Amino acid sequence: MDVLKVDNLTASYRKNKVLADVSFRVQPGSLTGIVGPNGAGKSTLLKVMLDLHPRLSGTVSFFGSTLKKMKRRVGYVPQRGSVDWDFPTNALDVVMMGFYGKIGWLKWPTRIHREKAMDALSKMGMAEYADRQISQLSGGQQQRVFLARALVQEADLYFMDEPLAGVDAATERSIMTILKELKLMGKTVMVVHHDLQTVEDYFDHVLLLNRTVIGYGKTEEVFTKENVARAYGGALRWMRGETS
Amino acid sequence: MIAFLSINAQWVLFSTMILGMASGMIGTLAYWKRQSLMSDALSHAALPGVVIAFAILGVKNLSLMIGGAVISALLGALLIQWIRSSSRVKEDTAMGMILSVFFGLGIMLLTIVNRTAGGNQSGLDAFIFGQAASMIRTDLYMMLFLAFLVILVVFIGFKEWKLYLFDPEFAKGLGLSTRWMDNLYLGVLVLVIVIGIQAVGVILMSALLIIPAVSARYWTHSFKWMIMLSAFFGGASGMFGTLISTLGKGWPTGPFIVVSSSALFIISLLFGAQKGLLIKAVQFQMQKKELTQSWSANAVLKEGE
Repeated sequence: MDVLKVDNLTASYRKNKVLADVSFRVQPGSLTGIVGPNGAGKSTLLKVMLDLHPRLSGTVSFFGSTLKKMKRRVGYVPQRGSVDWDFPTNALDVVMMGFYGKIGWLKWPTRIHREKAMDALSKMGMAEYADRQISQLSGGQQQRVFLARALVQEADLYFMDEPLAGVDAATERSIMTILKELKLMGKTVMVVHHDLQTVEDYFDHVLLLNRTVIGYGKTEEVFTKENVARAYGGALRWMRGETS
Repeated sequence: MIAFLSINAQWVLFSTMILGMASGMIGTLAYWKRQSLMSDALSHAALPGVVIAFAILGVKNLSLMIGGAVISALLGALLIQWIRSSSRVKEDTAMGMILSVFFGLGIMLLTIVNRTAGGNQSGLDAFIFGQAASMIRTDLYMMLFLAFLVILVVFIGFKEWKLYLFDPEFAKGLGLSTRWMDNLYLGVLVLVIVIGIQAVGVILMSALLIIPAVSARYWTHSFKWMIMLSAFFGGASGMFGTLISTLGKGWPTGPFIVVSSSALFIISLLFGAQKGLLIKAVQFQMQKKELTQSWSANAVLKEGE
């Protein structure tokens, strides 16, 4: 069964059509990199699928059902820059937010939630920063907090918007370890990614996007010179094996 | 001192304190929604509604005037929204426009009403700078009831508010309706404004929303404590401002509340435990001292070699 089925998705941003007729199907347990040039609609695609941005047409089905019914099984990691890190709270508290959907109104997180949140932070190598103000974390640490928050959701399908953008090498390694672990656990992960050099190492599937789907499938089949050239409009020099 | 006041004055003090607490809490929400100025625009926008409600009824009935204030403030909010989404005008400009247009309209209507028979006895002027002492008991009860309602709404949805203000997209992903939260936020904001305008006045009502929250920011890095401290600062400013204004006959309440809350702000700015200027200076000096000490220690070691 398809974990995610996207059919003829079209969306616009202000006056411009940013996504046209996007269709693809995602298999369970895959780790997909969403790759394309700036303005290709990568982040918008995530937002449209998750109903965070209005769509003009098209359908998206999650686990053969609607997003509304499957909300608990879907996790989302927004771009780090989408929130105000000056907000008065600490790392552990942000991770606990991952539970809020399950806890419900008028109830407070319990010790069990706290322990699970601490586990998630340790997994990201952030245990010692649990009480740290989020404004005092580095960019990479903030990203790891976001990842930890997604982990406690225990979703089956994750969408991550540029989790590797602007982070240090240590953070990149720990995030990739977690992503691969999620995949081994049978979870499906889709990651907006900008670094073409690492696509082949990191992802088993690739969605090449430039307003519409240039190609979707196994990395070795889709991430070819020709396809990437089509997506990026010919500027290929930074690809592996090419001399610049 | 409070014990010497009449029962009615004590009720007034208590009511403005609770009002201050409610607005301190809502002010914290507005602070993190980055909409402090919105509260100012909406309180000014409430004035025409109050005057029109009075003109239609011919008598001073607080609940209906509050109704008028709600309608006109919401209309202001709607227009700000509409200007922002349908034109290239930015939100702050839209707020500035609505603030002045509605306030001007309110003053104009007020002048007309005051000139008609019975108008100058209406006490409508109290709505501009606030006249807490002149409030009658039933008005105070209503103000108290609505202020408690606002406090309850903040309390019930405490973690939802936090999530909504910090990361609305993630909140939406979890199934929290941000549109619903937007409306709820606007609802409690307007409510706290309209119940406060008779006591504090439309011009200065925003001071009770903006200043306590900013002051609280200097003391804490926790959202929960920021809300509580802001409520405390708001309550204290409301009470002290009212207390001072009852000392003289006909003294307006709003300005004294602003003076009280600004005093608390200056104290917070200087001595705040987390972001206060003093603590920052002390930390800087200590780090400097540590550094020079480690330098001189190194120098001694080198000399010994």
